[in-house]
Amino acid sequence: MARRFISIWFSHLTTDWFAIRKPDLKKQPFVFALPDHGRMVITAANHLAEAEMVTRGMAVADARAILPSLAVFDDQPERANRLLLALAAWAIRYTPIAAIDPPDGLVLDVSGCAHLWKGEQAYLTDITMRLTTAGYDVRAAIADTVGAAWAVARYGKSNPIIDSGKQAAALFSLPPAALRLPPEILDRLHKLGLYQLAYFTGLPRTALRRRFGPLLLLRIDQALGREEETIEPVEPIVPYQERLPCPEPIVTATGIEIALQRLLEKICARLRGDEKGLRTALLKAYRLDGKIEMITISTNRPSFNTKHLFSLFEPKIAGIEPDLGIELFVLDAAAIEEVSAGQQKLWAGACGLADAGLAELLDRLANRLGNNAIHRYLPDEHYWPERSIKTAIALTENATTPWQAERPRPARLLSIPEPIEVTAPVPDYPPMLFRYKGELHKIKKADGPERIEREWWLEEGPHRDYYHVEDEKGQRYWLFRSGHYTADKTHQWFMHGFFA
Amino acid sequence: MVSAKKDIMEQLKKEILVLQGFKSVTGESAMDLGLGPIAKAFPNEIFPTAAVHELISTAPEDAAATSGFVTGLLSGLMKAGRACIWISMHRTVFPPALKAFGVDPDKIIFIDLQCEKDVCWAMEEALKCEGLAAVVGEIRELSFTASRRLQLAVEKSRVTGFILRHQPRNLNTIAAVSRWRIVPLPSETTEGLPGVGLPRWNVELLKIRNGKPGAWQLEWAGDHFQPVYPLVYALQKEQIKKTG
Repeated sequence: MARRFISIWFSHLTTDWFAIRKPDLKKQPFVFALPDHGRMVITAANHLAEAEMVTRGMAVADARAILPSLAVFDDQPERANRLLLALAAWAIRYTPIAAIDPPDGLVLDVSGCAHLWKGEQAYLTDITMRLTTAGYDVRAAIADTVGAAWAVARYGKSNPIIDSGKQAAALFSLPPAALRLPPEILDRLHKLGLYQLAYFTGLPRTALRRRFGPLLLLRIDQALGREEETIEPVEPIVPYQERLPCPEPIVTATGIEIALQRLLEKICARLRGDEKGLRTALLKAYRLDGKIEMITISTNRPSFNTKHLFSLFEPKIAGIEPDLGIELFVLDAAAIEEVSAGQQKLWAGACGLADAGLAELLDRLANRLGNNAIHRYLPDEHYWPERSIKTAIALTENATTPWQAERPRPARLLSIPEPIEVTAPVPDYPPMLFRYKGELHKIKKADGPERIEREWWLEEGPHRDYYHVEDEKGQRYWLFRSGHYTADKTHQWFMHGFFA
Repeated sequence: MVSAKKDIMEQLKKEILVLQGFKSVTGESAMDLGLGPIAKAFPNEIFPTAAVHELISTAPEDAAATSGFVTGLLSGLMKAGRACIWISMHRTVFPPALKAFGVDPDKIIFIDLQCEKDVCWAMEEALKCEGLAAVVGEIRELSFTASRRLQLAVEKSRVTGFILRHQPRNLNTIAAVSRWRIVPLPSETTEGLPGVGLPRWNVELLKIRNGKPGAWQLEWAGDHFQPVYPLVYALQKEQIKKTG
């Protein structure tokens, strides 16, 4: 299908907007100005000011000399862009792909949209009429290419609707400025007497490139449709989106479930066909009163399993408030990843962390209990016990260093070491007895000390001398003395864990 | 004659087990967890996988011994790189220590939760997942109804579950295949060398469905369980031989 673009040109964008906000300015010449090199330079002038030969780029002092009644307002550098963004968002009602075309235009990709307004003529009139009634001075054109639409909107003299494939004929009589070229190239074309596109579009390409650079050729090609031109929509297009309008507003959970089931089936079938899997999904419920209810889910691994995805959504359905009723459901696959059917088969059979069932289980757990509840640990290159492990980010992450098993480590480690009372015979000997939670333990066997430094580049503080001890009942503990033996300190022993 | 009679008895016992609804473990899925003499206590002398085991502990030292013993069992269950889920509320298990019991700590996914209800729910969900080797849950109080749900999940998915009950307020019956109590014992070093020896426990099998309860002494010798026969018992045996 041929693509169709609309280019909308706002000839007095900022001044029109200002006049809409302040209606009494509609009958008065006024300009916006910004300081530049120590003088105020006009950045925009309304049509009344332009009628008096006050134009952009003129110094305010000169303009005042021409037109003493001129009102001058401070401009904001980003104002035009902000306005265009707002207008592009408004234009989404006409097409999902609306882009801004700074400094003073919009480009809409309207392929396949015009028939909803009963033809391109009605469509274009509707857009221009609405903008004109709002108070904007606009010109718009519709053509097969962005370049042609742009040129006709700004320089076209007759029909703004260029039929499919007729852009060359429409462009021939236009000046070279219609090609979106920088001023230096325009100057050069002008000097050579090339006042119309018809004079030079037929010239040999090598000659054009040599004289005017590759940009001119690119612009000609774009305008004539020989070169593809992409536009960047203000609202990114979600490629995997399903909509389900409801003839009767939905108010029950069962209704929502049915709608969700249908949407999931549709989107999963599409995803499966394209060998893609869903990582994040967003269900939007448009309520009758204009509010939008949203629920999201995310998965550990790309999935197109309808049943699994539904089970993730199911507990969250209760969070949707239908109020007067929901008239439209939209399911967005916000994040998708490549996945092949072969991979799916492989995962189903694989055991261990690669198991598909495990990934789905973790999705369910994370969905209900939050992601903070799930931990998997990898060894870290630290001897300090609290730092010897790090949390793995993904299920697929592998350990970069092997797990150490040479030194004894307790099966259960207290998160905060608890102080204990200890009797030790000689410094650096294991203690003879210790009191932990009121109970006296006589030490029969001991290993150690194992000195672990605190790693001064991470944290300041005393080192620890660890002892692996066993009492008369056979209970095994991990004790440590914090820092060196000194005469003045008495409580410097701690219990840090229990051995199996 | 005697041996023939013994065979018949064995055969009849197995038939009774089948009649009692005991599903025998087939040759392939039967796993030898290296429990040595304890295996004799189990029905058909095979450690009951695809079942829920209950392990009781009172002191924190016992809890450490219990987790050591369970990790030893996991090392057998998690062969061929299978994964395990460990669910708890106030987790004190130190992952690097698991390596000493033959388990890769990065193959275990820890779920840390805030309330007991969530632990039960997560345990049930995890037990339903067929790809897992085992699920360990630290649940203090568990009603019979809740345990029945776990049992039903296990029967379907054939996953082995371990419930570690630390200081339970009442020791109610739950729908578990067994009840264990592990208590640490003084270790012994070879030839009286100084230092702490291998982890040694008194393993008590308080209840076992279709099996014989008992008590054993066990050591973890780096990569396998190793039965310990108390010295007194060994001496007695020798004396009996001499006199007899």
